[in-house]
Amino acid sequence: MIAYIIRRLLAAIPTILVLIVASFFLMRFAPGGPFTSERPLPPQVLANIEARYGLDQPLWKQLYDYLFNIIFHFDFGPSFKFKDRDVNDIIAQGFPISFTYGALSFLVATVVGVSLGIAAAIRHNTWVDYFAVGLGIAAQALPNFIMGPILILTFTLWLGLLPGGGWHGGQWQYLIMPVIALSTSYMGSIARITRSSMLEVLNSNFIRTAHAKGLPTRTVIWRHALKPTLLPVVSYLGPVFVYVLTGSVFVDMYFSTGGLGQAYGGSALSRDYAVLLGVTILYGILTVAVNLLTDLAYAWFDPKIRF
Amino acid sequence: MHKHTGLLIAGFLSSTVFAGAALAAGTHLQTGEALADDQTFTYRILDEHSSVDPQVVEDVSGAEIVRDLFEGLMNQDRDGNLVPGVATGFTTNDAKDVYTFTLRDSAKWSNGDPVLASDFVYAWKRAVDPELSSPYAWFMELMSIENAAAIIAGEKPLDDLGVSAIDDHTLQVRLSAALPYFPQMTTHSTTFPAPQKVIETHGNAWTKPENIVSNGAYILTEHLPQERSVRERNPLYWDNENTIVEKVVALVINDENVALTRYMAGELDRTEVPAGQFPRLQKEHPAEAISFPRLCSYYYTFNLSEDGPEAFKDPRVRQALSLAVDRKIITEKILAGGQPEAYTFAPEATAGFTVPEVEMSAMTQSERDSLAKELLAEAGYGPDNPLSFNMIYNTSESHKKIAVALGQMWKQKLGVQTDLGNLEWKVFLETRGNQDFDLARGAWCGDYNEASTFLDLLQSNSGYNDGKYQNDRVDALLAAAKISDNTTKLYTEVEQILAQESPIIPIYHYAGVYMMDSDVGNWPVDNVEQNWYSKNLYKIAE
Amino acid sequence: MFAKSSKAAQIAEEVTDFTAVQGRSLWQDARARFVQNRAARACVLVLALIVAFTIFGPLFAQWNNEEIDWDIIGNVAAQGMPSLATGHYFGVDDLGRDLYSRVIQATTTSLLVGLIGASMALFVGTIYGIISGFVGGRTDSIMMRIVDILMAIPATLVIILLLVVAGRSFFKLFIALGAVSWLSMSRIVRGQTLALKHREFIEAARAAGVSEITIMHRHILPNLLGVVVVYASLMVPEMILAESFISFLGLGVSEPYTSLGSLISEGAGTMAYGTLWQLAIPLFFYVAIIITMFFIGDGLRDALDPKDR
Repeated sequence: MIAYIIRRLLAAIPTILVLIVASFFLMRFAPGGPFTSERPLPPQVLANIEARYGLDQPLWKQLYDYLFNIIFHFDFGPSFKFKDRDVNDIIAQGFPISFTYGALSFLVATVVGVSLGIAAAIRHNTWVDYFAVGLGIAAQALPNFIMGPILILTFTLWLGLLPGGGWHGGQWQYLIMPVIALSTSYMGSIARITRSSMLEVLNSNFIRTAHAKGLPTRTVIWRHALKPTLLPVVSYLGPVFVYVLTGSVFVDMYFSTGGLGQAYGGSALSRDYAVLLGVTILYGILTVAVNLLTDLAYAWFDPKIRF
Repeated sequence: MHKHTGLLIAGFLSSTVFAGAALAAGTHLQTGEALADDQTFTYRILDEHSSVDPQVVEDVSGAEIVRDLFEGLMNQDRDGNLVPGVATGFTTNDAKDVYTFTLRDSAKWSNGDPVLASDFVYAWKRAVDPELSSPYAWFMELMSIENAAAIIAGEKPLDDLGVSAIDDHTLQVRLSAALPYFPQMTTHSTTFPAPQKVIETHGNAWTKPENIVSNGAYILTEHLPQERSVRERNPLYWDNENTIVEKVVALVINDENVALTRYMAGELDRTEVPAGQFPRLQKEHPAEAISFPRLCSYYYTFNLSEDGPEAFKDPRVRQALSLAVDRKIITEKILAGGQPEAYTFAPEATAGFTVPEVEMSAMTQSERDSLAKELLAEAGYGPDNPLSFNMIYNTSESHKKIAVALGQMWKQKLGVQTDLGNLEWKVFLETRGNQDFDLARGAWCGDYNEASTFLDLLQSNSGYNDGKYQNDRVDALLAAAKISDNTTKLYTEVEQILAQESPIIPIYHYAGVYMMDSDVGNWPVDNVEQNWYSKNLYKIAE
Repeated sequence: MFAKSSKAAQIAEEVTDFTAVQGRSLWQDARARFVQNRAARACVLVLALIVAFTIFGPLFAQWNNEEIDWDIIGNVAAQGMPSLATGHYFGVDDLGRDLYSRVIQATTTSLLVGLIGASMALFVGTIYGIISGFVGGRTDSIMMRIVDILMAIPATLVIILLLVVAGRSFFKLFIALGAVSWLSMSRIVRGQTLALKHREFIEAARAAGVSEITIMHRHILPNLLGVVVVYASLMVPEMILAESFISFLGLGVSEPYTSLGSLISEGAGTMAYGTLWQLAIPLFFYVAIIITMFFIGDGLRDALDPKDR
């Protein structure tokens, strides 16, 4: 297993490199640059700016410099849009925020979603099931861009209980709405996958055998049914974990949390090359790491799985 | 030579009347209004600002912050008139190509250092320095400062810039051409002084709250990107005793509807009104919903380049399309925020500009419609040969509404088929800049308060002329206006040619449409450039 | 004949024979079971009604989907609500256009987008995932690293480039949707495949010499379908919302055409301004689609479960 992990970690290096190169070129082929604006800059001014950021160099040279600065100086370059800040700065400031509300949302979504799913499957076709199904559908029916305004209207304007946005170092009043909005959008799906997976497992031969042996239901479920049930859930949760951790554009947009979601979404639209690439790399590293963890989780859930 | 001094004194007096002399005692000295205990002004900004470095900042919300943190030679009062800033006044020679500013001795940086003429020299050299590569370097070129263009191009050293400190409190500027409105341009943030020592110590990080040193009425105390930026009273500011607002908070709220909700919940003192909501809000909150004209123009431009459609090369077609646009519906039913209808490119609010009588503005809409049908028929388009073209706009709710309404007006009145395409912002700019369209949305806000900031757009060689309109007469008139003392006649003729040839379809002129808490005093609604200074505001006790 | 063959071949024949027969009846069984599922049946009916509405609804419309009601525009909150008198059964949108016609057109678009998008993701993701999981080893490693990379590449860029290279069209919308959505499906399928391929019945088939390809589609695929179908049904609403983002960037649906995602987000923006029907009506159709997808997905899962015989 250790050898496997080491192999995977080594494989991560070329993966990230390919990601950087691919994103780098995709970005450059996208129309419009960071300095394209409503009011086009005079050619000489534009030339000076491009020279300052090295954009006048041939592409391969820019890529080389970029990689060189990352590897030897851990410097991801300056932001082209927010001129007082560089990418390290932006990530260092935004990631802790996204991480906080993201991890909380993930926890809430997973705990509630999985519990609902399991409860619904065990009490298949009872009111528990209907309730879970109803809640799952409701969560899915209210995407972020409805949830955001509704929460602010309710809690800020009508009830006057919570501030309408901001972060303030992550005080709880500022966390509640982002976490509700973000977690509900995944809760429904998690509950749904858990429920159907559990139903399928409960139906399988080995569970029937366990029941037939006279084991109590509780034992059957916890000892035998849970692990195989969670396998597809974990597959689903892996990418969700990465999305949620790197922040949500919607949450940052509606609740002015200042997380990385906004930086990521915004930099793609403003062609802030360095920020976009920096966040993409972070995203890539997390994806690789989480997918490795997912694979390890597979092996733990089902010891027969070998890679 | 002394022509300006009188104006300055008048300006100074008026600024004292409006902005000045309130004491912390609790009532405003001039108006007698009771002042609120909490003098915090909180407003919404759409997006994170680009920078608070005066020479680097390039967006409106950033410039607003910079105007509070730094002070340039001259300021604007609530009507947009020039009033003294760091400079107490200026003199100019008869050729109007040398300006000499006298700086006040009482001006200080927030670290206690005096503000000297050399700080301005440093800042202005910084603005044109190819190494800093300020996106607003072109503004120094526009100001016609001697050698600015050559320095930007890297052809001359920085020290050749036509600005020098005669002594600590005298700044001299030499221009490459006469420029009567040069002093007005010193209210622009690019010309604000910069603290050399601080910049050299901290490099790029000098604008962080813990490092920044500034000379304005406020200092930056907190900046949480994408969330908030806070500035507080600077006790060392020379006119500190007349500052009333203690603290100014700019909150980044991307969604205008959410911003309005938070305004209603009392979290904001100022926010923009979403399109179409102004009449309702005005009815429900008459003291808070305000609208005033701004120096911006919204239009559609025909592609008149080689790549453009053949049909648009016929002025009758262009005019017909312009005539058939019922601007009243757009300004009153769609935007509904008090925007003036536009029949000319330059807005009426522009200083020294009288909107010329163009034929179209005097007609009723049904007269326009029937003329449009006639013209289009003359040009050979009708039911058997329908005109069709595409129109592009960048994705946004209100652009979409206007584009759809235009398409419907043309379809129903003229039987014209339009193909609407929304594009992501940068793709849109690129597409429009490459003349890869038939009809494209455009908008322009004045860089300074003079009609040429608009009309120059339609000069054949202007970098902003995306429709590639060419008219030698227009070019000649605009060139003449540059050196003329009486521009009204020239601009009138330009606008009349534009109305006749319709290279663009002017739709409306912008209005500032805000929800402004009634306890905010002295908001400069008559400043069409919306150059506002927090030090002139105050909060009234409720 | 039996006597002449070796034991292994004999088992192989038995096994293949067995699966061949079983395979056919599996699909028949599935259909029978699906038809017996009341909730699923009801939802198929609801979906049919929605489809019927999109086909026959326009016959009753008094306005088309792009016409602006010039009498109402500018005063939508007061005059634009659903009404039989004005002929706007569902009210009008913010620009005074008939929401009835617009919802019909939007539902057509969104159903197509949702179903075709999810099918594309299902098709590509399943094939990719099975191959990766079943072949395993180095192949799996490389295929999954490719997925890692594609997951991390900013989707906005891919869509913008697609717009630039290919131009705007409805067909390209599906490609864009498929391109960005099959990745998580492939990971789920691969995870399940990994778990399945060491099960006794697969080992048996392999020992019996059944070809790998046959094992994949005869043995692995049927056992995967439950999870895959449920996940695909979750993707339909996701696709419907993703479309509005793709259209925001300029690829996909453009005015005067619209989609449920766009109508809902427009309605959500103005929900506090007294025009709640602009949110409620498109949301109703969207939720109806989610519910039908939920139970149809559930019904299919039950029906396809090979263990449930």
